[in-house]
Amino acid sequence: MGTLLFLIAKRLFLGLLTLLVISVIIFFMVELLPGDIAEAVLGMGATEENLAALRKQMGLDQPAPVRYLNWLSGAVVGDFGTSLISGERVTTIIGQRFMNTLFLAAYAAVIAVPFAITLGVIVALLRNTLFDRVANVVTLTSISSPEFFLGYILILYFSVQTGMFPAISSLNADMTFLELLHRTFLPALTLVLVVTAHMMRMTRAAIINLLASPYIEMARLKGMPPWKVIVKHALPNAWAPIINVVALNLAYLITGVVLVEVVFVYPGIGQSLVDAVSKRDFPVVQACCLIFAATFILLNIAADVGAILTNPRLRHPK
Amino acid sequence: MSEFVIIYFALLVIASCGAAYYGQRPAFLTLFSLTLVSFVLGIVGGVSALQFVAIAAGLLAFAAGISYSFREFLVAITKGNLSKELKTAPLTAAFGMFVIFTYAIAGIFAPFIAPYGEAEVIAAAFAPADENMLLGADQLGRDMFSRLIYGARNTVGLALVATSAAFFMGATAGLLAATKGGWFDQFMGRFADVVMSIPSLIFALLMLSIFGPEIHVIIIAVAIIYAPRVFRLTRAVAGNVVVMDYIEAAKLRGEGTGYLIRREILPNATAPLVAEFGLEFCFVFLLVAGLSFLGLGIQPPTADWGSMVRENATLISFGVVTPLIPAAAIALLTVAVNFVVDWMLFRSSGLKE
Amino acid sequence: MSASNKQVLLEIKDLKIEGFTGEEWIPIIKGVDLTLHRGEVMGLIGESGAGKSTIGAAAMGFARDGTRISDGTIEFDGMELTTATEEDRRALRGARIAYVAQSAAASFNPAHKIIDQHTEAPLHYRIQKRLEAQEDAMELYERLRLPNPQEIGFRYPHQVSGGQLQRAMTAMAMACRPDLIIFDEPTTALDVTTQIEVLAAIRDIVDQFDTAAIYITHDLAVVAQMADTIKVLLKGEEVEEAPTKEMLDSPKEDYTKSLWAVRSLRREQKSRPQGATPVVSVQNVDAAYTGGVKVLDDVSFDIYEGMTVAVVGESGSGKSTTARCITGLLPPKKGQILFRGEPLPPSYLKRTKDQLRQAQMIYQMADTALNPKVRISEIIGRPAQFYSGLHGGALKQRVDELLDLIELEPSKFYDRFPPELSGGQKQRIGIARALAAEPTFIICDEVTSALDQLVAEGILKLLNRLQSELNLAYMFITHDLATVRSIADEVVVMQHGRVVEQGPKDEMFTPPHHPYTDLLLSSVPEMDPEWLTSLLEERGVDNVGEAANV
Repeated sequence: MGTLLFLIAKRLFLGLLTLLVISVIIFFMVELLPGDIAEAVLGMGATEENLAALRKQMGLDQPAPVRYLNWLSGAVVGDFGTSLISGERVTTIIGQRFMNTLFLAAYAAVIAVPFAITLGVIVALLRNTLFDRVANVVTLTSISSPEFFLGYILILYFSVQTGMFPAISSLNADMTFLELLHRTFLPALTLVLVVTAHMMRMTRAAIINLLASPYIEMARLKGMPPWKVIVKHALPNAWAPIINVVALNLAYLITGVVLVEVVFVYPGIGQSLVDAVSKRDFPVVQACCLIFAATFILLNIAADVGAILTNPRLRHPK
Repeated sequence: MSEFVIIYFALLVIASCGAAYYGQRPAFLTLFSLTLVSFVLGIVGGVSALQFVAIAAGLLAFAAGISYSFREFLVAITKGNLSKELKTAPLTAAFGMFVIFTYAIAGIFAPFIAPYGEAEVIAAAFAPADENMLLGADQLGRDMFSRLIYGARNTVGLALVATSAAFFMGATAGLLAATKGGWFDQFMGRFADVVMSIPSLIFALLMLSIFGPEIHVIIIAVAIIYAPRVFRLTRAVAGNVVVMDYIEAAKLRGEGTGYLIRREILPNATAPLVAEFGLEFCFVFLLVAGLSFLGLGIQPPTADWGSMVRENATLISFGVVTPLIPAAAIALLTVAVNFVVDWMLFRSSGLKE
Repeated sequence: MSASNKQVLLEIKDLKIEGFTGEEWIPIIKGVDLTLHRGEVMGLIGESGAGKSTIGAAAMGFARDGTRISDGTIEFDGMELTTATEEDRRALRGARIAYVAQSAAASFNPAHKIIDQHTEAPLHYRIQKRLEAQEDAMELYERLRLPNPQEIGFRYPHQVSGGQLQRAMTAMAMACRPDLIIFDEPTTALDVTTQIEVLAAIRDIVDQFDTAAIYITHDLAVVAQMADTIKVLLKGEEVEEAPTKEMLDSPKEDYTKSLWAVRSLRREQKSRPQGATPVVSVQNVDAAYTGGVKVLDDVSFDIYEGMTVAVVGESGSGKSTTARCITGLLPPKKGQILFRGEPLPPSYLKRTKDQLRQAQMIYQMADTALNPKVRISEIIGRPAQFYSGLHGGALKQRVDELLDLIELEPSKFYDRFPPELSGGQKQRIGIARALAAEPTFIICDEVTSALDQLVAEGILKLLNRLQSELNLAYMFITHDLATVRSIADEVVVMQHGRVVEQGPKDEMFTPPHHPYTDLLLSSVPEMDPEWLTSLLEERGVDNVGEAANV
């Protein structure tokens, strides 16, 4: 068990280190700005006094490493400073929205993950049949379509033509859960379509890769029926690749969500990021980027730890 | 029962019988299952559902026909090994090649094909289609069709340049890392890991917010984001080559890094690298389209598919499909490239599947 | 044991099997007949591509992915397998016909304990209850002389060594007491000393339970120990079949005779030239890979001009590492390499072009030693161009000369790519590339072990001829003692990174030996069918036939 814990600890440490490096990149990239943030905010017509005042107010008179440490220590406890545009706390702006985004991603994941993995396994078993080929073409098409294309097609059919679901996902606090699910169905479905295709293809590849192993042939030559070969011999070795597939695609959901939120005007963190980018509201941009990157890294760590935990060679060392 | 329904079923049944008579098993199965499906759909959904099925089947058959003849055309004009390999291409790959060919023509000859300039205002905002304007006008009264054609040049061109930049950086670094090994390899590997753990769209937005949505910024941003992915693949492919004894033999002969990469490694890495270029192009293309959809890509008045969707999105709520055409154009090209890449990957993986 | 008066168990008639190349179906097995009686062991031998393994799978009614049985009948104990339903065929596998694969390490599922995989078939066929099956497994482990038979089954496959796993797999095949076991090269991946144990274990158990077996191998000496009858295959067709003794003593067909003849290649031993400096002198070399594990410990030996030094040992003995130290790929931690008395820089990066030119290398796997995307003319021409600055007509002439030297028609091979060549031709190209540098010293790393015997003999003859014509010094790395006999002048025996014994060839092959050399020499299977029995008697592990009626 010692090596196992060591491997997991090592993976966690590496993940945190990566996150730290990314925080450095996110912070210091803004420093690359021609001029500085104060000039960017006030624009061409700013006077020297105004600039100096703003710099002092934003703490720009301090050296960059000090400001980085301040920013990072704030970020750790969820304080990302104040918005340049509205002067509000960044946390107030994105707090609730982050929850909304998580809800949407979870909604999509709950549908997509079981669906895609089941389909992926079925397609792997039926490989090289007509069904497999059709599935290949359909999933490739789905992967190749930009999220906004799928989103607008769904709007066109489900809301403009049939009126079954709303095109705009406005949320408010006193909605029932069912109402919430109904309101957010189309954005969730868009995400499901994209992610399912990815996940299915990856699951198929992972299973087929496994089915070529000599121990699978051995199981078949021992007279095991096909379902036993899959359930007893392939599946216990397939967890690592499947966990990986799920984590990668959940991570993909995190970015896909930005475009989908814009299409459906969904009040999530992706929207705030896009708004902040066009208004050059750097504290908000930095906060959003850090949150997205952290989620992404966390998912990757989870996948690797899962793969380590399900590896029989590591679970039962020599 | 309308005449359409009668003719529709009569044709299907005759075709099925014909296929069965001549022993064309797959054709018969396809036709007859289509007949059965249509029968069920006809009862449930009526004539409109049947028409939909007929149109869809017709479109598929048309696409298959074009793909088939395009493949035969390619086989006819090439010779030797290339011709032999093209013969094995599935219809999907032939369809992909045909689409890519069409886009290339549209992009290269845009000024000759498009009836109007990309920024030329010629009608009222959102004017409907007429004999001058195939697809109507956009929100400023510019010809949608012309902008679509110019979009092929601008959007695809931008994605192509960005992919090439990413590819050049990533592949060079990957080949060097595989050949040199040691700390350079270690460092590049770690660096690629870090960059890849920032979601690509987020990283692009960060860079665009700082440096502004200029074309060169987009290209550099995309190159920085995707070069690590290319690096990883190239490193893996070249890594498999570098452990071969013939590389050891060349090293022991005293050959330099340049010779090793050029003469020994690259010839063995071309096939997977070309396929990877196609894949990366798809990712980059979708990212660039996403950025311009968010208003952070190519800036107006230059025609660009992503921003065309965004600018005309309001029309969708009136049930008009024109704003979806540029989006469909993006999807179609990506599908096409993916089809071709899929075939290439299948070929290079041999018969493993 | 005379099998012919026993009942017929398996009868294959005019079997034809095809394989799919991606475009068309091509024949792999072109009409083979096979009759196997109860309790009989038949050896299937042949070179790569003979179709041995495919016939083995077909005997179970099994066609691997990408192959199909296109014609013929396979009758197992009265049941026709080619027309039976898949369910009926499946019900035979594991229960009445079992399979032992080449690589036990890859064929055991890493996710389950060995004993759970063992009991899977008996439980599936409801032959035994779990506890019963486990106890039976332990008993089989004991009979197969596995250490800790009560406990070893509860380990995972990766926790057990290769030779033990191979025996555990034989035990697993025995689990349902099948009528027939297919052994598909079960000892090919093992070292000679490990191979002995596995061979003895397999032979005992097959004997004890009177199980019929098809034993597939490319090694004649091995099959001579195991089989009652031997069937020789060539390119999917039968050459001849006869009882083992008869086959060994008086083979009928030319092809079989030529297979038998290979092992008789010998060469006169040359002695060291008086007062000369050795071409290469390895002096007290220690080496370690990153991580600090010591792989070479105080290795010293000399190689003189025009002579062959064979370096012998099992996998992990440090033979190839020694070669890496000499070529400078792995700089030694201690000691040095002298070339004609001058110390060589430890790393190849620091060596001069001329030092690099003098020492060349020929590899085991010609497939990975030749770049598949480079023409033969460039593979051979590049060293000549690189070291001697030849180009244009002179270069072409030199390449033609080299192709002539390795007995390949220049005009036919000049413009071809390696994948278009056969294994033996590729190995010749590898030799030509080494010769192109005009070296004085060549390291041959297991150059014949991936080749079929006839081809290997051709390569050895060529190397011998080149040595006498060009006065080359060879360092010949091999694990095969027959090869040592046919090419070496001096022998260096290595074990665990040390030289255990060295000296002239004739001395090494006559006793007394160092104990390890003795073990190594005695473990090499000989063509005599009684060899294994007498060896086991000698070593005192005699229980052959003892428990036949248990």
